[in-house]
Amino acid sequence: MATLDDYKGLKPAWCPGCGNFGILTAFRRAMFELEVEPHEFVVVSGIGQSGKFPHYTRCNTFNGLHGRTLPVATGIRLANHDLPVWAFAGDGDCYGEGGNHWLHAMRRNIGVKLVVHDNQVYGLTKGQPSPTSLPGMNVTSMPTGVLVDALNPLPVALAAGCGFVARGFSGDVDELADLFKEAWRYRGFALLDVLQPCVTWNKLNTYAWYRQRCRPVGPDHDPTDFDKAFELARRFGDSIPTGVLYRVERRTYEEKLPVLAGGPPLTGRPQGPRRLEQTIREFH
Amino acid sequence: MDHTIKVGGAAGQGLQTVGGFLARVFARSGYHVFAFQDYESRVRGGHNFYQLRFSDLRVLAPRRPVDILVALDRESVDLHAGELVADGFVVYDPSELKRTFESDRFVAVPFGEIAERNGGDRVMSNTAASGAVLGMLGMSPDLLDVVVEDAFAAKPGVIEANRRVARAGWDYGGSNCPRCAFRPAPRDTAKLLVEGNQAVALAAIASGCRFYSGYPMTPTTGILDFMAMHAERHEIVVEQAEDEISAINMVLGASYAGLRSMTSTSGGGFALMVEGLSLAGMTETPLVIVLGQRPGPATGLPTRTEQADLLFALFAGHGEVPRVVFAPGNPGQAMRLVNKAFDLTEKYQVPAIVLTDQHLADSSWSLDGIDPGSFTWRDYRLRGDAFGSLEEYRRHAFTSDGVSPMAVPGDAPHLVVTDSDEHDESGHLTEDAVIRRRMVEKRYHLKLPNISAEISPPELYGSDRPDLLLVGWGSSYGVMKEAVEHLSATRDAAMLHFSELQPFPGESMGWYVDLMRGAGEAICVENNAGGRFARLLRMETGYTFRRSILKYDGRPFTVEELLEEIDGHPG
Repeated sequence: MATLDDYKGLKPAWCPGCGNFGILTAFRRAMFELEVEPHEFVVVSGIGQSGKFPHYTRCNTFNGLHGRTLPVATGIRLANHDLPVWAFAGDGDCYGEGGNHWLHAMRRNIGVKLVVHDNQVYGLTKGQPSPTSLPGMNVTSMPTGVLVDALNPLPVALAAGCGFVARGFSGDVDELADLFKEAWRYRGFALLDVLQPCVTWNKLNTYAWYRQRCRPVGPDHDPTDFDKAFELARRFGDSIPTGVLYRVERRTYEEKLPVLAGGPPLTGRPQGPRRLEQTIREFH
Repeated sequence: MDHTIKVGGAAGQGLQTVGGFLARVFARSGYHVFAFQDYESRVRGGHNFYQLRFSDLRVLAPRRPVDILVALDRESVDLHAGELVADGFVVYDPSELKRTFESDRFVAVPFGEIAERNGGDRVMSNTAASGAVLGMLGMSPDLLDVVVEDAFAAKPGVIEANRRVARAGWDYGGSNCPRCAFRPAPRDTAKLLVEGNQAVALAAIASGCRFYSGYPMTPTTGILDFMAMHAERHEIVVEQAEDEISAINMVLGASYAGLRSMTSTSGGGFALMVEGLSLAGMTETPLVIVLGQRPGPATGLPTRTEQADLLFALFAGHGEVPRVVFAPGNPGQAMRLVNKAFDLTEKYQVPAIVLTDQHLADSSWSLDGIDPGSFTWRDYRLRGDAFGSLEEYRRHAFTSDGVSPMAVPGDAPHLVVTDSDEHDESGHLTEDAVIRRRMVEKRYHLKLPNISAEISPPELYGSDRPDLLLVGWGSSYGVMKEAVEHLSATRDAAMLHFSELQPFPGESMGWYVDLMRGAGEAICVENNAGGRFARLLRMETGYTFRRSILKYDGRPFTVEELLEEIDGHPG
């Protein structure tokens, strides 16, 4: 059985105090407590501080391009639907560069668990605004401060048909570890948006700022109530609800695709061409 | 005998139905067939044509003169009647064209009426037209039934009615064709009819491709459709992505996970895939990209043909990305080279690009047969127990030939790690200068000589001491070959055709440079304005063409046109 140490990877190159550490701690704990071995799943990541995530734990890894996390994850999942796939992306990575992929991955309901490190700023490129930066925030590329309204990804996810919509805060590792476990158990496409302070470039959304606002939805919330989930998802002000806002079971894309449905994954079947003569005969 | 039939009409009138029907009948009768399509980027209206050539001898390319023009609309008469040979004629339905032509070069056949009377629906008038043309040619009616059954396999309810209509059309054509002087050749064994796109898709299936993702784009949409239609039988996941960026990244994901994977697109889509091509190079993830060229820049002429993306395919991608680039000239080459592309991408873990164009993609050729045994397949991946029995595993381990064993993640407790950042042998990101240098050498310098050794020389056809040498690549294969056959009657002519372009056929094969230097005249023939191949050849060999024949109006060369250009008297 895997130990917590089995999930220890390279020494992180994140800034001291970075919100990413909470995500890493929660993930390692969740996978250890789920009694999963590091080779039993894949992590796909993009580019940004979040993209380095899989190197700092131990797992099968495809660290691809900025914004392209979900297409790679989708390809892996369609090739091997017995292999759980995590996608780790940043707010610029997923909601900016990869916005189109994000919408369509949710619509497809492919069994990928998407974790967005949402620090509301570009960290790796040093302080430019991200799609989730709040108006008025000081950023390096806009002397005026942010002029554009922030994208709130959660209502978008609900509208796009995402069946699992959750929000966590990297300062609350216990809750976050539980959210990772919830996402792990969900069969379809899961979005876990994790609010995460950037201690170097985001002086607005600090640990204190998030702590004042983040409120778990608690056990009384009915996660199958779409209208309630939508109302909670829209809140991003004095109070920010955390936890699983929405969760319904839907047939996954893997379950719908006739070539995969009910069968072993394609990677588990004999490789090489098959039944070629039948198709050649069509030309006669 | 060597006849050309042209079916002209508006988009939506079903001229592909008529043309395709006729082409199948001729191929099944044992004739050699070549057919190509000329269509506009619209679903209804405009002017399109389907042109097929059949002969008792091998045919490889379009000719200009037309023997029978099947005019489904007035515009077809206006545009193409002038292409008829001296004893050629137009077949038309006066009620459809709303006009009767008195000339004996026009044969009126009431397609609509025949359809209505025998099948109960005017919609079958294309079947009537097909039958009428075959009747005029004196073709045996036996094949009508078989081909009708094939053509309407998806709608069994209309097969019987279409059979009656085809037969009635055949009767009418046979007995109402005053000018018909055709004598059908003795029937040979049936041939197959294969479209370029079909050849590519079939070869992908035969190469063990198990994952395809793409985004529809002319002229390779036919590959997506073919793969989708055959996905279940061959156990292939076929996924239409939200865009080409997604398509190539899905392909890389599936390939990383352990499946042979492919995508196809045209120039604009390939432009979007370039970032992913570079990723394939860095992560050493096998994939095949089919790039069906069409005239650019930008949207260009979406449904027409050009060979302008050669250098784009060769040099696309940031950083130094080793690759394989092939450009087949006909369906046979397409099948062989797609198969070889899969083999090399899996063997060396470098991206493989197969360049086609609209002319190859949409044209049909008759073939004697397709031998399933002609395709090679060998699994280069580490799977299951073979992977599990290793002591340790590093995805990007340094090896003497630069190729690190590629394992299937999840099959063993070892981890499979790869990264778009520079990485160490384990796949973890690094900025170490020594590792960087060794990784570049592994990906590039160590692999290239071995890949180069796999590349076949260009094909020489005709004289080996030519007075006139035509040099080209890709889909101009057929037209150059036929031009050489024609020219050989009076001079020592030859064709040198390149279909394996990257790595470029090496120094040890330098005989072709000597051949070009020694030829009386060497002419580079290309469907582009800038002489892309001529530039590549100069870069690779130092040889400079003194003469090129370039065509860039979006249309393929005809045999006559190429011969006129060679003579220096453009027609």
